[in-house]
Amino acid sequence: MKRGLTGTVLRALGVGTLRGQTLLKTGLVIVALFVIVAVLCAPRGGDRYGWIAGFPPYDPIRGYSNFPRLSAPSSSHWMGTDHLQRDVFSRVLAGGWAPLVVAFSSIALAMSVGSVVGWISGYVGGWPDRGLSLTMDAIYSFPSMILAIALVAVMGAGLVPMIAAISFVYVPTYFRITRAEVLRVREYAFVEAARAAGASGPRVLLRHVAPNTVNAMMAVSSFNIADAILTAAALAFLGYGLPPPTPDWGFDIQNGQRYLQSGYWWLITFPGLAIVTLSLGFGLVGEGISDLLNPKRRRKKLA
Amino acid sequence: MGGLTRYIVQRLMLTVPMVFILLSVAFLALRLMPGDPVLAMMGGRNVSPELLAQKRHEMGLDKPLHVQYVDYLRGLVRGDLGRSTRTGKPVGEELISRLPATLELALWGMVFAALFGIPTGMIAALRADRPADHAIRILHIGSFALPIFWVGLMFQVIFAVKLGWLPVAGRLAGRYAFSFQQVTGFYLLDALILKDWEILGDVVRHLVLPAVALGLAQMGFLGRVTRAAMLEVLDAEYVTTARSKGLRERVVILSHALRNALIPIITVFGLEFAVLMGGAVLTETVFSWPGVAGFLIQSLYYRDWWALQGTIAFIGVFVAMVNLVVDLLYSFVDPRIRY
Repeated sequence: MKRGLTGTVLRALGVGTLRGQTLLKTGLVIVALFVIVAVLCAPRGGDRYGWIAGFPPYDPIRGYSNFPRLSAPSSSHWMGTDHLQRDVFSRVLAGGWAPLVVAFSSIALAMSVGSVVGWISGYVGGWPDRGLSLTMDAIYSFPSMILAIALVAVMGAGLVPMIAAISFVYVPTYFRITRAEVLRVREYAFVEAARAAGASGPRVLLRHVAPNTVNAMMAVSSFNIADAILTAAALAFLGYGLPPPTPDWGFDIQNGQRYLQSGYWWLITFPGLAIVTLSLGFGLVGEGISDLLNPKRRRKKLA
Repeated sequence: MGGLTRYIVQRLMLTVPMVFILLSVAFLALRLMPGDPVLAMMGGRNVSPELLAQKRHEMGLDKPLHVQYVDYLRGLVRGDLGRSTRTGKPVGEELISRLPATLELALWGMVFAALFGIPTGMIAALRADRPADHAIRILHIGSFALPIFWVGLMFQVIFAVKLGWLPVAGRLAGRYAFSFQQVTGFYLLDALILKDWEILGDVVRHLVLPAVALGLAQMGFLGRVTRAAMLEVLDAEYVTTARSKGLRERVVILSHALRNALIPIITVFGLEFAVLMGGAVLTETVFSWPGVAGFLIQSLYYRDWWALQGTIAFIGVFVAMVNLVVDLLYSFVDPRIRY
């Protein structure tokens, strides 16, 4: 561990506990990189992208008349240009904020709704609990990709419908985690005792349920964010994403599909690689957290 | 077997409310959806209001919502899913004719996933925490960070457009479309039955890219579960016993460890079937595969309400049935489980 100011900062961030956690560290670096690029290249009103001059290097929305049309990657255009004489690299950079916003907000929303409903369901019990569990199981067992597509089709394309549809799909996951924990904790004697002592039941339960579910939710939510990025990209690919000409990886891939037979591979390849890398980053974080939390593996390492 | 029958009946009863919930949500949601199926059916513009009203009356769309709903459920009980406004054919007929295509795709996707997922998972477990394990784990995590539609498109660019090894899309080359007699609707099986080797080759060539694209993500998932399950059983006392009896390592791994590790692997197969159907939506769209999932997307674009309701209910029932079959498979793999 480093000394001095750097060491203090690192320790405060808990980096020391990450020693040997290659997967987690790699994932965190990837995610941090994408978040930084996404923030720097985010829209700043009036169809302009990016807060620093020259980053993204070119306008991701308006084409340049002096740019070649559909040219392969070169030293001046690392990822080539598209049919509207736009720089693909600039579009890939500017396209990062949308999937991040959609994935983060939809999982946060699913987590809040799922936990609250799961907590109420587990606490109340009886027929409301049975009804809710059955409904959640029905949603859970249905193919989530199809559900998300159908919901977005009903609500119409755009950022908010995408978030609503994707979060809906993940609500049962968090419902299950919280409900199971409520049912487990409810049986403990100290809950009975606290209630007998006059503390309100719901409050006591909440205090003991919340900390126990946090760990499980951390790992599950990173995997879900990784998955939500793919779902958001698929929705955009099918035409239910942000309206063009907004830079969007999924939509750009759909656009590249039209030129696929002509062999213009770069239109599809680079936005796709961006999706894969970002999703992989969150997947690695989830994997790393599971490694940290799984006592079985830890015991093995000590032995 | 009395217990088993009762269990099956119970499970079937449980799918009834599930399908009912799905159908009600689909029915309501579609009627809230922007867009008019009658207008879409008539081609959009230049339709006189009188004709529109007449068509709406014919289709029963002028009745109150709850009456429409009861009518729809009544038809459903008789096995009538209504007519597709896009193709004009009964929805049930459309689904049945497309089911073999989807099943064939899903089946070979799963075969690919199992063929590569289970062995790599086993190797990772046997070499736990060594370089081979790390490499395989990264491969597995990486495989489900892949967007299915993108993998499909990349396959098309590389293997169809650039290399020209395999066809870009479809199920069968156009030149065979008229001579090919469908028997079961499963083209691979049909070609075998007819002993037509030329068509068999063509069917396989069309099937490779979509099946691998669909199975790739499942491979990673299956591999991870296999690794975890194998690690679990390799620590078990019966494995130590088997080894100390002097059994060959191959026997210990295959018939003592793997057999027990198969239980969670089969569970995953059941769970993953739903994911596979979701992936099939994208694979069928990218590869113009004439299946149920692609039908859903086309119906969505055309505001084909009856087709959409029917397809959603159909997929829901189908996934529930697969889950039931998987549950029943347990008792064969694990004799301790009795229903």
